[in-house]
Amino acid sequence: MTITIRRDPRLFQLAFQATLLTLGVLFRDFSLLPAQMALAIGGAAATQAFWLRRLRLRQVGYLSPVITGLGLSLLLRADTLWLHPLVACLAISGKFVLRIRGKHVFNPANFGVGMALLLLPGAWVSPGQWGNDLGLAVWLVGLGAVVAGRARRDDAAWLFLAAFLGIAALRLGLLGYSWERAWEIWCHQATNGALLLFAFFMISDPMTLPDHPVARRLHVVLVACGAAAWQFLYYHPHGPLWALLVLAPLVPLWDRLLPANKYQWDSNTPLQKGRTA
Amino acid sequence: MKRFAIAAALTLSTAAHGFCGFYVGKADAKLFNEASQVIVVRDGERTVVSMLNDYQGDLKEFAVVVPVPTVLQKGQVHVGEKRIFDRLDAYSAPRLAEYYDPNPCDRRLYEMRSKDLALPAAPAAAAATSSKALGVTVEASFSVGEYDIVILSATQSDGLETWLKQSGYRIPKNAAQALAPYIRQNMKFFVAKVNLAEQAKTGFQMLRPLQFAYESEKFMLPIRLGMANATGPQDLIAYLLTRNGRVETTNYRTVKLPANMDLPVFLKEGDEFRNFYKALFGEQAKKEGYRAVFTEYFWDMSWCDPCAADPLSPEELRRAGVFWVNPAPAAAGPGAAAAAPSALLPRPAFGGAQPVMLTRLHVRYTRETFPEDLMFQETKDRQNFQTRYVLRHPAKVAPEACPEAKAYLEGVARRQEAEAQQLATLTGGEITAIRQKLALPPAPPQKPWWDGLWK
Repeated sequence: MTITIRRDPRLFQLAFQATLLTLGVLFRDFSLLPAQMALAIGGAAATQAFWLRRLRLRQVGYLSPVITGLGLSLLLRADTLWLHPLVACLAISGKFVLRIRGKHVFNPANFGVGMALLLLPGAWVSPGQWGNDLGLAVWLVGLGAVVAGRARRDDAAWLFLAAFLGIAALRLGLLGYSWERAWEIWCHQATNGALLLFAFFMISDPMTLPDHPVARRLHVVLVACGAAAWQFLYYHPHGPLWALLVLAPLVPLWDRLLPANKYQWDSNTPLQKGRTA
Repeated sequence: MKRFAIAAALTLSTAAHGFCGFYVGKADAKLFNEASQVIVVRDGERTVVSMLNDYQGDLKEFAVVVPVPTVLQKGQVHVGEKRIFDRLDAYSAPRLAEYYDPNPCDRRLYEMRSKDLALPAAPAAAAATSSKALGVTVEASFSVGEYDIVILSATQSDGLETWLKQSGYRIPKNAAQALAPYIRQNMKFFVAKVNLAEQAKTGFQMLRPLQFAYESEKFMLPIRLGMANATGPQDLIAYLLTRNGRVETTNYRTVKLPANMDLPVFLKEGDEFRNFYKALFGEQAKKEGYRAVFTEYFWDMSWCDPCAADPLSPEELRRAGVFWVNPAPAAAGPGAAAAAPSALLPRPAFGGAQPVMLTRLHVRYTRETFPEDLMFQETKDRQNFQTRYVLRHPAKVAPEACPEAKAYLEGVARRQEAEAQQLATLTGGEITAIRQKLALPPAPPQKPWWDGLWK
């Protein structure tokens, strides 16, 4: 049992997200209340418990909802206390309800944040909250690469960054910036904490990416293109979040076109053979 | 030759504590030299930008070049009033609130009073004034008030630079390079200069602010152009008026300034508060490495608590460009007892149904730390925030006056020391100098940690 848990990449993810959240609250002036954090995690766990009972699933644990709760705390800002638990509930329920061929369609935190921004009052996301600090960027990339690497999905993270920042660089070139200015701006864009966090902790979620490596890579590049178009052509914020959400329904199509073995979290192995969550 | 200080301005967005006093002071925008002020009103894609110039030189040489997202027609450009900037500034400036401790010997005599203080910023402006061979098209040309305005589109940055030079503008080196990205983004250039004859007719000494109204998906402020000839850090104060919530930058960190803490009471004297706020802002901007945008104020403009200045009337808001507010109906309705009682109303309230949120952002930027123009988003955050600092005057009471007095005075001494420490931390100031001002006893010599260990 212990051995299986140790191998679960989600434990690393949980530890890193908790660390990042603590650092953010302490040093980055996050407008997040401890109660919102607790309610997000509690709400996610309670919703998970409800669905596990209802669907009579035994061997599924609570790692995922805790990670979703942490993810929502990292991303979502609200001026009320009820919003975080409500969104956590939507996010986890989305995981159990919106399933195609035994696989959930949306990354729970991504789905929750999307619904909150679209439907709920008093919710927002601050893409500038981490700033553009090189030191922080190095830590994020380092820790993120460990987590995504453990889940064997770091290729998605790196590819997303390469594609998105490649488009950003191309754009700067086309806009006629001098090399020096283009480099300054590009570095500023590449060290955005929110972008790095998205690459290593959201798009690299193995459960919601296509299983076949080729499909996965194509999908990730598509998300990067969508995100860049939203931000650079339409001048709207949150490009990566919207692109991942809107393109998620393509994943079942990819899985159909290019089938491969479904990803399994190590500690959920027994479950993944049956009904998965 | 026209002087070319390209003004940046374009398309350019906590818990409130209950308060029962009046203000003693404010720190307004005038406090910061070389600060630009801009008002951006935005709802959906409709945008109204007002730019205030504090141009001090010869008006003959004044000109301003601003990238704008669309070709502006005469009806979209207006000359505004500086007074509106002053009103917004006074209403949203950092403020000082004052309380008096009740006499510990007489709990019934509970007196609470305060007055007010507030702090500041100022704007930047600039310069500019021919043709197909250069790839420059004059899209529109008109005069509004004392300004002669042309709207240019260009296909090449060096063509535009040449056109501007031929037309008599002394533009900074590398201007072509700075202009190129705006041309490639298909932006137009708003170029205004002063018509001296018209200017004389207005009777104003100062240049009045220029306002433009347009629709664009870009919610941004082109601060980079103004850096073409900047040397040190520059200040910008942006008043963002929106309908739904607080505005923040999406490509830089937006930080609330430290506020709502108790500080030594001497801040009330003379220019102490203004100097304090200047030092505080400087210290905080430095601490963030000149990489953050600071929120100084966010409040629903229909009220304030307390008010550093009266909220803007619906007429004033419309002049600021708030297009969704309708001027108030005539003061007295049929048979209303309007005039006299209105003087007793605590605060003017308007229209109710049409909310206006004011976000005041203050940024001190350098070329190195702000490589991109400011991009904004309107959030759904409606938690009020103000940079308010509190003075608590101790009660004058002798230690032997009553049994409670001694403990009270000891508490006051501890509090004053904490306030002095707080002030030193916020402003990066020298604690000993602050102690002297406060006439606090020097800190007692610290006993070595081992003193008393063996007793």
